[in-house]
Amino acid sequence: MDERILLAHGSGGTLTHRLLREIVFPAFSNHVLDKCEDAAVVPLRGKCAFTTDSFVIQPLFFPGGDIGKLAVCGTVNDLAVMGARPAYMTAACIIEEGLRTAVFRKIVGSIAKAAKDAGVLIAGGDMKVVEKGACDKIFINTTGIGTITEGIRVSADNARPGDHVIINGTIGDHGAAVMSARKDYKLRSSIRSDCASLNGLIERLLNTVPRIRVMRDPTRGGVATTLKEIAVQSNVEITIEEDALPVTGPVRGFCEILGVDPLYMANEGKVLVFAPEEDARRVVSTMRKHALGRNAAVIGRVTRRCSSSDTPQVLLHTSIGSMRIIDMLSGEQLPRIC
Amino acid sequence: MRYIDEFRDRGLVKGLVRDIESASTRKTNLMEVCGTHTMAIFRSGIRRILPASVNLISGPGCPVCVTSQSDIDRMLYLAGRKDTIITTFGDMLKVPGTESSLEKKHASGADIRIVYSPLDALAIAEANPRKKIVFLAVGFETTAPIIASVISDAAEKKISNFFVYCCHKTIPAAMKALLETREIRIDGFLCPGHVSSIIGSRAYEFIARDFNVPCAISGFEPTDILETILMLIRQKKDGRACVEIQYKRAVQEQGNVKAKEMMDRVFEPSDGDWRGLGVIHDSGLKIRKAYRFFDATAEFRIPALQAKEPRGCACAEVLRGIKTPRQCGLFAKTCTPETPFGPCMVSTEGTCAAWFKYNRN
Repeated sequence: MDERILLAHGSGGTLTHRLLREIVFPAFSNHVLDKCEDAAVVPLRGKCAFTTDSFVIQPLFFPGGDIGKLAVCGTVNDLAVMGARPAYMTAACIIEEGLRTAVFRKIVGSIAKAAKDAGVLIAGGDMKVVEKGACDKIFINTTGIGTITEGIRVSADNARPGDHVIINGTIGDHGAAVMSARKDYKLRSSIRSDCASLNGLIERLLNTVPRIRVMRDPTRGGVATTLKEIAVQSNVEITIEEDALPVTGPVRGFCEILGVDPLYMANEGKVLVFAPEEDARRVVSTMRKHALGRNAAVIGRVTRRCSSSDTPQVLLHTSIGSMRIIDMLSGEQLPRIC
Repeated sequence: MRYIDEFRDRGLVKGLVRDIESASTRKTNLMEVCGTHTMAIFRSGIRRILPASVNLISGPGCPVCVTSQSDIDRMLYLAGRKDTIITTFGDMLKVPGTESSLEKKHASGADIRIVYSPLDALAIAEANPRKKIVFLAVGFETTAPIIASVISDAAEKKISNFFVYCCHKTIPAAMKALLETREIRIDGFLCPGHVSSIIGSRAYEFIARDFNVPCAISGFEPTDILETILMLIRQKKDGRACVEIQYKRAVQEQGNVKAKEMMDRVFEPSDGDWRGLGVIHDSGLKIRKAYRFFDATAEFRIPALQAKEPRGCACAEVLRGIKTPRQCGLFAKTCTPETPFGPCMVSTEGTCAAWFKYNRN
């Protein structure tokens, strides 16, 4: 049957309640949400990290994930890279009228599964329906909160000369998977998004190497943009080895064909870790023991602290033995014309 | 990865650089004509490993960059019409015209769609029979055959709402114009790889013969480019000037005969209006009479517009190779990829964009 979400589903009346009762509550059911209060009441102890993110993506479903999984992993990872243990999350959907109910049900299912896998409770949420054309199928916002264990201090302004830069696996998979899933390119590939919650991996890392100085997930703008952010915030120069960057064959091929750079492609299951040189090997070996860190590698290091007069740079030693700077992504990466 | 790593082999690169060093006895100005070469050179850091005697100059081979301001303004005029859908490659979006840009027009409600092939534009035309679909055709001989074949397809299918605003240009004519201005000394051309796969190496023979300037057609990998540089320096050293093909795996003397036929069937040579170089005789491609129906300039009455290039923008000089981006007063100050003054900062193949991204400090 052609069941679709209608404007009335967002009115707050009986249709809203039916949708919540039939799709949302069964999927998310937990002791906080089931109380159906105006706000979730939860116990938290100590220092907390708190973050929000909105998710808009086309197509909604792509190899390796969908907007629901992405919405959970994105927020979980933002908490995790601050050294927090994600605990609770809210999810709010803005839906374009006419979205198939089956699609909504599938997305809600993905949110529920991703939250369960990450050990996070969906403590609240919201749903609005807007007129056709006012949004693109469905937008999701998630807000998450987590607690930080005493003594952990990771921050993007914490990188120091000599630190090694480590990543937990191959780069560019998410960006390439989404780009190739878009019909415009008419490219078929086996590339899958790396979309995953990293809190398990990061918790294990922090337990093994508590002296980790910086963690950040290189999402939009890719590894290049995130490294530049860290260089600026920590006021240091970072040097990366092109040959050390883990990139899968299909992603490399995809980028070569279109003339785009994997360094600027989004990742959704990657974390850049800065750790003192003497801890680097332990970071890599701990990562490699985890399913989400099999291809972990040291990709570079912090080469010097910058003086007040020079701009912090990220440098790349190229495969051919030369060097160039790496800058932030500006605009969107476009395939070349000829 | 096969067919890539071999061309980026550090040992081979070292050997080529050594050979270039020993062959290069005096200052040599080599122009890489193509924007994709400019990007490849910066991306792998080739400039830094070459001896100081080899000076690489970026040329006019970026299709978006050489599109004249008046053509941009005419495209913007078309984008302002209620009955049209503009289809374009993404690179055109941010290029500033005299008063606006396609990006701003899109933000204020114009129907402008990025396509990755002119075939997609044709599909949009078929799906929107009540609208007039204009494809903004900028490019060189690489894209011209595809556009020709789409126009020919549209004619066969009798599609009546598909139009092409054609600013296509031909590369050898621009190289000739550059040599004739005598503004800079060019000791050799790294000829474009993809364009040459269509037009073949014979298309450049007049440059070697009439101007005594060495030419070599290059691939896009670091060892390709270095080997091409070596070929050019050796020609110069030996007092020879001929057209060599380094990019043998894609380019032949006669080019792609079928693609050239397709191009000839739909287009005829015309005066081309180049940013920086002005109007060059027979350097443009115009839609032939038989296909005039698909020519946007015939379909729409575009009023005369007063095009003005932004004050202080040195794109024109950068495209002629007489200025480097750093010699432009706006570069990296007010002109950045986010707020570009001229097209060379916009396009992914633009010289200013390459300098900004890879060589700013």
